Amino acid sequence: MRKDLVWLFVGVLFFGLLYILNWGVKVISTDLLVWVGAFLTLAILSFLYQDNPFYKFAEHLFVGVSAAYWMCMGFWNTLVPNLIAKIHPPIVKGVLPAIAEKPPEYWYIIPAILGIMLLMRLSPKAPWISRWALAFIVGTTTGLNLVRYLRSDFVGQIKSTLIPVIVLQDGSLTIGGSFSNIVVVLGVLCGLIYFFFSKEHKGMFGVASRVGIYILMITFGASFGYTVMARISLLVGRMRFLLGDWLQFVQ
Amino acid sequence: MRRQIPLVITFIVGSVLIISVFIPHKPFGRLGENFSVYFDIIAVFAFILGGGNLLRVHGNRIYRKHKDWPYSMVTVAGFLVMMIAGLFKIGGSPGITGDLTEPGSMFEELYMYVFTPLMATMFALLAFFVASASYRAFRAKNREATILLLAAFVILLGRTPFGVKLTSWLPGSLSFLEIPNLATWIMSVPNMAGQRAILIGIALGVIAMALRVILGVERTYLGADSD
Repeated sequence: MRKDLVWLFVGVLFFGLLYILNWGVKVISTDLLVWVGAFLTLAILSFLYQDNPFYKFAEHLFVGVSAAYWMCMGFWNTLVPNLIAKIHPPIVKGVLPAIAEKPPEYWYIIPAILGIMLLMRLSPKAPWISRWALAFIVGTTTGLNLVRYLRSDFVGQIKSTLIPVIVLQDGSLTIGGSFSNIVVVLGVLCGLIYFFFSKEHKGMFGVASRVGIYILMITFGASFGYTVMARISLLVGRMRFLLGDWLQFVQ
Repeated sequence: MRRQIPLVITFIVGSVLIISVFIPHKPFGRLGENFSVYFDIIAVFAFILGGGNLLRVHGNRIYRKHKDWPYSMVTVAGFLVMMIAGLFKIGGSPGITGDLTEPGSMFEELYMYVFTPLMATMFALLAFFVASASYRAFRAKNREATILLLAAFVILLGRTPFGVKLTSWLPGSLSFLEIPNLATWIMSVPNMAGQRAILIGIALGVIAMALRVILGVERTYLGADSD
C-alpha cells in the first residue's frame, strides 16, 4: 500500500510540475480543470498496461462522484418538485407560481414515509421495515411492465411483423421490398421456433430452428458491430479531449 | 407480518396499475398516476440509500484499516465534495430556484472535468477489451460463427469512410451491394427480425414473471427470513 501511495504522490507531483512549467511557455492548455480531466483520463487508460495505483485512484473516485451526482440530481429534479412542493407549495413560489397557489397535497406524505422506511435497510436492528417500500417498488415495476411489455414488445412486435410479403409499387412487383418482407416474416417465425423448447428440433421444425439460429447470429453480429463502433467513438472523443483541449495539437 | 404485508402491498399496487389501464377513471386512473409519481419519489430515496451504504462500507474499511483503505478515503472524499457542491449549489444560483447544472457552478465543473472524463474513458476502455474479445469471436470455426463474423464486419465497414470507398465503383444497378447499403439492409431486415423474436420472448418472460410477483408466487425479492 505504501508503494502505491508513493507512486501516486510521484505521479501527481510530476503532473503538477508539468503544469507549473507549462505556465512559463504556455504551449498547451493552462486551464487547471482541463489538466484534472486529462490526468483522470490517463489514469483510467493506464489500466491497459495493468492494474495500478492511478487506475485504482480514478476508479474509486468515479464510484464516489457518480453516487453523489445521481443523488443530487434525484434530490433537486424529483424530490423537490414532486414531494416537497406538493406538501408545502409556497416553497416553489418563485419558479412555479401555478403550483405555489395550490392547496397542499398531504397524500404525498405516503411516499415520504415509504422512502424513510426504505432507508431503514441501513439499520442493523430493523432492516425488514424496508421491505414495505421495496414491495411498493416491485409492485409498481411489475404493474407498469406487464402492460407496457404486453402492449409494445408483444402485441406491437407481432403487429409489425404481419406485413404483406408481395410488395407492389405502381402496380408492378418490387423484388427487393418483397424479399426484405419475406426475410422479416420468416426470420421472426424461425427465431421464435428456435426459442420453443417444448418440441424436439427435428425435421421441418429443426430446419426452421436452424434458420432461426442464423438469423439470431446476424442479430448478434450486428449488435456486436454496433457496440464496437459506439465504444470506438467514445475513445475518439477522449483522444480529441487529450490531443485537442489539453495538448492543443488538433483544433 | 414481516412477509405478509409486503406481499399485500405488491398485490394491491400491481393490480391497481393493471386495472387503471382498463378502467382509466376514478379512482383507478388517479391512483395509477399517483403510484407512478410515488415510485419516482421512492426511487430517489433508493439513491440516498445507495449513498448511505457507500459511506457505511467505505467508512468501515477506513475505520478497520482494511487493505487498500486509502482508496476508500478517495471514494468518500469524492462523494462528499460532489454532494456538498450539488446540495448547496456552490458557485451557482442558491436556493430552490437555482439551476443545479448552471455553467460555472462547482457541481457543473465537477461534472464536466471529473465525472464525464471518468465515465467516458471507463466506457471507452471497453473498446480495447472488445477488440481482444472480437479476435476470439471472429474466428470462423463453424457456419454460425462465420455468419456472425460477416454481419459484424459489414456493419463495422459500413459505418466508416473506408467502407464507402471500397465499393463506390459498383455500377448503379448493383448499388444494393455497396457496403453502406448492405449494412443498412442488415440492420433493418435480418437484424430487426432477430431482435423481434428476442423481444417477443423477453415480453413473454416479463409478463409471466410480473404475474408471479403480483400473485405472490415469486417472493425472492423479500430476501431471507433472517433479515
